[in-house]
Amino acid sequence: MAPISPERRRFLENGFRAAAGAACAGLVIGLLGERARALPPTALRPPGALPEDAFLSACVRCGLCVRDCPYDTLRLADLLDGPAAGTPYFIAREVPCEMCEDIPCLAACPTGALDPALTDIAQARMGLAVLIDQETCLNWQGLRCDVCYRVCPLIDEAITLEMQPNPRTGVHALFIPTVHSEACTGCGKCERACVLEEAAIKVLPLAIAKGELGAHYRWGWKEKEKAGQPLVEGIIDLPDRAPPGALPGGRSEP
Amino acid sequence: MSLAPRLPERPGAEAVAAKGWLAAHRWLLLRRASQIFFLALFLTGPWFGVWITKGTLASSLTLGILPLSDPFIELQSLLGGHLPTLTAITGALIVLAAYLLVGGRAYCSWVCPINPVTDAAHWLHRRLGFSKGWQPRRTTRLWLLGLALLGSAVTGTVFWEFVNPVTIFHRTLVYGLAGGWFVILAIFLFDLVVSRRGWCSHLCPVGAFYGQLNRFALLKVSARGRAACDNCMDCFAVCPEPHVITPALRGTGPDGSPVIRHFDCTNCARCIDVCAKDVFGFAIRSDRSEVSVRPHLAPES
Ligand code: SF4
Ligand code: SF4
Ligand code: SF4
Ligand code: SF4
Ligand code: SF4
Repeated sequence: MAPISPERRRFLENGFRAAAGAACAGLVIGLLGERARALPPTALRPPGALPEDAFLSACVRCGLCVRDCPYDTLRLADLLDGPAAGTPYFIAREVPCEMCEDIPCLAACPTGALDPALTDIAQARMGLAVLIDQETCLNWQGLRCDVCYRVCPLIDEAITLEMQPNPRTGVHALFIPTVHSEACTGCGKCERACVLEEAAIKVLPLAIAKGELGAHYRWGWKEKEKAGQPLVEGIIDLPDRAPPGALPGGRSEP
Repeated sequence: MSLAPRLPERPGAEAVAAKGWLAAHRWLLLRRASQIFFLALFLTGPWFGVWITKGTLASSLTLGILPLSDPFIELQSLLGGHLPTLTAITGALIVLAAYLLVGGRAYCSWVCPINPVTDAAHWLHRRLGFSKGWQPRRTTRLWLLGLALLGSAVTGTVFWEFVNPVTIFHRTLVYGLAGGWFVILAIFLFDLVVSRRGWCSHLCPVGAFYGQLNRFALLKVSARGRAACDNCMDCFAVCPEPHVITPALRGTGPDGSPVIRHFDCTNCARCIDVCAKDVFGFAIRSDRSEVSVRPHLAPES
């Protein structure tokens, strides 16, 4: 093999050095970026925000959404806040989203990181409220706090009070605050309003708050309704056996 | 680089003697005024409630109608897989057009909030007589530019924005954050102690991006009075990218033109200020005319 001339060697060495340096820098930035992808669960994106992966390529960190939020709900992430530096977020327990009808934050976004396809704020899905601690929620103990229910902008749609017997007293009722994912926008007003030191109801990112059925899974009764008849013919209904008084209405199997 | 005569210790002293202090600092003062002006546009809102420009250098809205977006950031966003809205594209095109007129790296000298910081570091560096320190090749920034674009495409993010000191500092000022101050301190110390003119003249890919626009930009600095040059080397001493001067001043470029064609030139015009012989002046890129010496009278009294 012909010996490499000194100039050519220097040229190759310089190129190699620069490429290796850039690769190192890329690795560090890439790791930072990966960390930013895991949004802290308390940090909620503004209404209409694209899913986190798409959001990170769309948001240019200009803060125009922050500026046009009349309630100072939104803020830009500082370097160590957790969300990617410069991206907008809010903490429901501090300042929740007031669900402005004209969605000024979204109207201000120049890039489409807040998706202009969202025109009805009730369709926003910033997260999902979850009554996360039954052991401290006052309503779960049989008291009538009801605050999270009362403050919900979509009262009786996003959150309802479901009555059930109070087994502690045996004569009273529990009014259980119950969130419905088909209506809850994740605005966070319930979390903000919860009277406890630490809220018992919290808005979580949808990915954390929601379960997901296996793709193969079917609810038998729904399939039955769809088909208009039992899916399997000739199932024998055996008599249910239970101790007296255990069945609803104090019935026992005849 | 082998510059035959040593670089002067106090560049510009001769120009001050020949033209007076003000004339020898005219462009520098204008440039600082411009940097303050562009920052003030963004700060009157949060500070005094008078909203002129909302947003940051990444994307902004002026007087409620004029959208401006950073084309480098929009390009990364596009490569990251997001199709920006018409507003963002319009804003980026306006900015592109503006810098194609006034010179791409005019962004560096006249707008970028990091420039006063690295200029201050350089001033102190010279005052303290520090040595050059680590000098990565000036092409390193092109590699980092490539990295920013490639990284965006591979990770599906606006890659450089995870670390971009320019927008981090701007955001810190405009939104009253804290983190950016540490980044600025790091850049200042890096330029002061580790590497002379390290950030802006060797590493920053934002400057490198705007430098690419310089390949086509209209407004240039020309060494049109180069016949009068007496080799005082003051321009080389003040220029953040001294390698751009030689081809124009010595006529060693491919066509011997006196125009500074190299895309690294920031149009800062400091060379115009410090030249006692008035060799330099602004010109459009095709203007190859040269002027003869216009001797200065010493300022009265
Ligand atoms: S909908 Fe209104 S309150 Fe909620 S983040 Fe947007 S501007 Fe702020
Ligand atoms: S206005 Fe849009 S691009 Fe700007 S910070 Fe908010 S979400 Fe990001
Ligand atoms: S977050 Fe709470 S207050 Fe807001 S819509 Fe959902 S349940 Fe209602
Ligand atoms: S090189 Fe980078 S940091 Fe320096 S002035 Fe230009 S854009 Fe700003
Ligand atoms: S050549 Fe002149 S205008 Fe260009 S960067 Fe150097 S000092 Fe500034």
